[in-house]
Amino acid sequence: MLQEKDKIFTNLYGFQDWQLKGAKSRGDWDGTDKLLAKGGAWLMEEVKNSGLRGRGGAGFSTGMKWSLMAKPVAGVPRYLVVNADEGEPGTCKDRDIMRHDPHKLVEGCLIACYALQAETCYIYIRGEFVREAEHLQTAIDEAYAAGYLGKNACRSGFKCDVYIHRGAGAYICGEETALIESLEGRKGQPRLKPPFPGGQGLYGAPTTVNNVESIAVIPTILRRGAAWFAGLGRPKNSGTKIFCISGHVNKPCNVEEEMGIPLRDLIDKHAGGVRGGWDNLLAVIPGGSSVPVLPKSICDTVLMDFDSLREVRSGLGTAAVIVMDKSTDIVRAIARLSKFYMHESCGQCTPCREGTGWMWRVMERLVVGNARPDEIDMLEDVSRQIEGHTICALGDAAAWPIQGLIRHFRPELEARMEQARLRNAA
Amino acid sequence: MPKLTIDGIAVEVPNGATVMQACELAGKEIPRFCYHERLSIAGNCRMCLVEQEKSPKPIASCAMPATEGMVIHTDTPMVKKARHGVMEFLLINHPLDCPICDQGGECDLQDQAMAYGYDRSRYLENKRAVADKNLGPIIKTYMNRCIHCTRCVRFADEVAGVPELGAFGRGEHMEVGTYVEAALTSELSGNLVDLCPVGALTAKPYAFIARPWELKKTASIDVMDAVGSHIRIDARGEEVMRVLPRRQDDINEEWISDKTRHAVDGLMRRRLDRPWLRDAQGVMQRSDWETVLAFLATKLKTTAPKRIAALTGDLVDGEQIFALKTLMSQLGVTNLDGRGDEYGLGGDAGLAAAAGWRFNSGFAGIDQADALLLIGTNPRIEAAVVNARIRRRYLKGKFPIGLIGERPPATHDLTYHYEHLGIDAVVLDALLAASDGFAAKLAAAQKPMIIIGSQVFAHGGAIRRRKLMQLVEKFNLVREGWNGYNILHRAAARVGALELGFVPATGGLHGREIIKAAQAGDLDMVWLAGVEEFDRGQLGKALVIYQGHHGDRGAEAADVILPGAAYTEKDAIYVNSEGRPQAALRAVFPPGDAREDWKIIRALAGKMGMDLGFDDRDRLREMMAAYNPIFAAMGCLPPANWGDYVAAVKSEAARAVAEAQNPAPAFHHAMADFYQTCAISRASPTLQNCSRLFVRGEKIDDKMEAEAVYG
Repeated sequence: MLQEKDKIFTNLYGFQDWQLKGAKSRGDWDGTDKLLAKGGAWLMEEVKNSGLRGRGGAGFSTGMKWSLMAKPVAGVPRYLVVNADEGEPGTCKDRDIMRHDPHKLVEGCLIACYALQAETCYIYIRGEFVREAEHLQTAIDEAYAAGYLGKNACRSGFKCDVYIHRGAGAYICGEETALIESLEGRKGQPRLKPPFPGGQGLYGAPTTVNNVESIAVIPTILRRGAAWFAGLGRPKNSGTKIFCISGHVNKPCNVEEEMGIPLRDLIDKHAGGVRGGWDNLLAVIPGGSSVPVLPKSICDTVLMDFDSLREVRSGLGTAAVIVMDKSTDIVRAIARLSKFYMHESCGQCTPCREGTGWMWRVMERLVVGNARPDEIDMLEDVSRQIEGHTICALGDAAAWPIQGLIRHFRPELEARMEQARLRNAA
Repeated sequence: MPKLTIDGIAVEVPNGATVMQACELAGKEIPRFCYHERLSIAGNCRMCLVEQEKSPKPIASCAMPATEGMVIHTDTPMVKKARHGVMEFLLINHPLDCPICDQGGECDLQDQAMAYGYDRSRYLENKRAVADKNLGPIIKTYMNRCIHCTRCVRFADEVAGVPELGAFGRGEHMEVGTYVEAALTSELSGNLVDLCPVGALTAKPYAFIARPWELKKTASIDVMDAVGSHIRIDARGEEVMRVLPRRQDDINEEWISDKTRHAVDGLMRRRLDRPWLRDAQGVMQRSDWETVLAFLATKLKTTAPKRIAALTGDLVDGEQIFALKTLMSQLGVTNLDGRGDEYGLGGDAGLAAAAGWRFNSGFAGIDQADALLLIGTNPRIEAAVVNARIRRRYLKGKFPIGLIGERPPATHDLTYHYEHLGIDAVVLDALLAASDGFAAKLAAAQKPMIIIGSQVFAHGGAIRRRKLMQLVEKFNLVREGWNGYNILHRAAARVGALELGFVPATGGLHGREIIKAAQAGDLDMVWLAGVEEFDRGQLGKALVIYQGHHGDRGAEAADVILPGAAYTEKDAIYVNSEGRPQAALRAVFPPGDAREDWKIIRALAGKMGMDLGFDDRDRLREMMAAYNPIFAAMGCLPPANWGDYVAAVKSEAARAVAEAQNPAPAFHHAMADFYQTCAISRASPTLQNCSRLFVRGEKIDDKMEAEAVYG
């Protein structure tokens, strides 16, 4: 269990002052100028050495992403875009960061901008986050007033401007290239890759898009050293992570924990255990709605980090742990997720546009058992026809929950069909 | 030059090529819907997925840049499965109404479903229904069929320059449309129908009237403007059903304007299908060839050549012009003019050299130009596909554009930003004196270009040519390997008439003088070969002979009507603005007693016992080629000698001085109504509807649209 001294987000629950004074008392903005003075190369190296993997879901190494950004060319602007369009069902970590610890993010923006030599940072915040956007704007204003941002940010001689852009409520705008499109004022639809944003992103200029949590942990990593961060968790899955535990637990919460904590420990120690006890557990979606569901048998032992969850054919995603006890209609739950993806598909690529609706309709029939057993295989096949055939990962995200359901709960699906058959026969 | 392996075949492709292009180079067909060579890459249909070694997922070949050492497979189970999958998804919400769909038989989806699809559907749910959109009198929509490839959106955005179409809604509720229902205000909108890979956008005037396999296809040339677009005429029996573009990269690429496409429904209306003759009471009477030719033969023989004049119109072909010229010259008639716009420039030396009337850079030259000055022209309506080329060049960047002349109206604004320098010739003086502003941009260009509307010379031709020559000298528009001096004509016949020398012979009257003389009673006969610009009153008491195919203004003014053939009804040569002679082919026969025009003239000569030197078309063409060698090299862009033109302009210095005394009017728009410019387009109900809607701002209803289809 993560010790109190190793926690990064010490005001995650908002018990203290979120503004500049409180933030400084928690160590934010402490010696930022000295960190910057060590130079962009050092900053980038430290982030790389810390083993920080992107906290937005894909788990790509942050340091690696930074180093893949095109080299600066005179006259060509560079951008840092912070993805605060947190919309993954079950996830609410970025919201709490911006609500209760916005200065961590703002300071991270400055440091990342400095390392990337990007003079402009846009924070694309989910439109529904009204108070969070206000807090963040206040924090930015305070930072400007204190000279941390602006023309001579933290007396580094470096110019850094941070702007907030509020989204308009599309889940797909959390995809980095769709976010860039939306930021440019167009319809939020993912772009083709290549070219990657690191080469041609916002307004065609080199751009790095990072998740809020990835950026917000960076100042602390740099202050305490990459070795400290890398020492937490397991190799290649290092550091701490905010887990969002929701669903059928006694005490749903956000909690910062060490990567690689056993799922059972996480639920029992922080969320007050599964409603009705561990044996009442049916299944857990370990990383936000996009990843395949895990049945109890796997939940008993699985560790919460990128690689362990991949081994059991699921994923850490955003670390939004959705717990379902035995009272859950698992088919209906997944059908609801299917509806979500159908609704949020941008409509650009054929497989996702047409396939998500198809899958949802089949799922709705599976909920009541109004289907033939061979349609389960057909549904699985349809989900495979979507997965990997689209521009962005929304197609994959729509396919995985259904694949997880079929993989682990096929008997349940067949039982319903049998019941429906008997019902109709009667 | 990256080297790739496609299904075991090694290919080398140019830098910047895509995997799809590499596959095609290796002879592998890649199915696609959203990809189109002339549009930006969307990569959204996912039909072109191929397998790349070491890539866990199939890649979209249309969008993936080809890089060194790639190993691509296009025939693996993974690729087959991906294509099957995409095809299935496209079809689940696509209506199975091929038997009543106008696209049937020429539908990409149909073809590719045959090649790459499953033979049955696994989809048991209800299909999606989408409300149809009303996009105006040209495009019929059936949005249930839309597969969301967004080709139409990209075309409107990028090529047509009217960003009016878009995709709204998300996921399976995504719809293509204009959001607020409105007709698409582009002269190129008909191309959306060609681009649409399915039957979602079809041609409204062509709705439910023919099937592609019933049509006889004839490769021909368009005459609705002076671009000389390559077209395919689709005819069923004796009726032209539709016109489609053919690919010609140097001229129209693969677009045509709406007028080109939809004028054909005017070909069956208001036709002159028999000769007419005005009787002693002044009433037009039906007649026959024997009678009118005998009548004309007598008249021509008994009238003094000085009292005869001939004018040619906008749609006449080279053969007709040359035959008429031969006839008139043999009769000793000198009052000839075929220059339309430039009526009134009679005897101008400035029009004696080809470089003075051609689009010297060639339309393809626009792609290389790096600065452009438009003078007295609105290419958007005068040559819509050329405007699309200018826009494409503009979108590439670093292409300053200036305009001298009346500002285009909002409905026909150019589809790019331009600097408006002024509206009259005074601006030319200012430009000649200036060294900053647009002048600096023009001076800095490596390949500067000016495009001059032909009507610029309608007043004060000599002085304007002189000014323009100074402009050419100052900005070095003509340099080694580059001629940036371009005239853009509006009528298909114009350059042909100039190349064939249908201009006043020595001592002859020019167009405007002919009209004056006719009014004053100094002319006894005026031959109007497809000329529509006159009222009866303008030509006084002269006997007016109208040779043409439509009962339009020219026929109204006539005493004798010789029914001719329209451009779809004859093998004929037309010369476009560039000076490129191109052969049109006959798709159908002229109606009734109407005949090919050169044959009428030949028959008349026979009646008069004259020998014009030709009895068939081949001999006529040989004579044309002997007169002007450009006609020996059909389809080629002929070189023009710039020095001749310089000398010609110098030789009319005295005239220029005289003209300078009279201030010439500003450069006004020559074309008020894009859709109604000739006898054919005025007879076309579709183009009448377009004119009502887009030009006059009136409403059109279903009845008017039905008229366009069913007559």
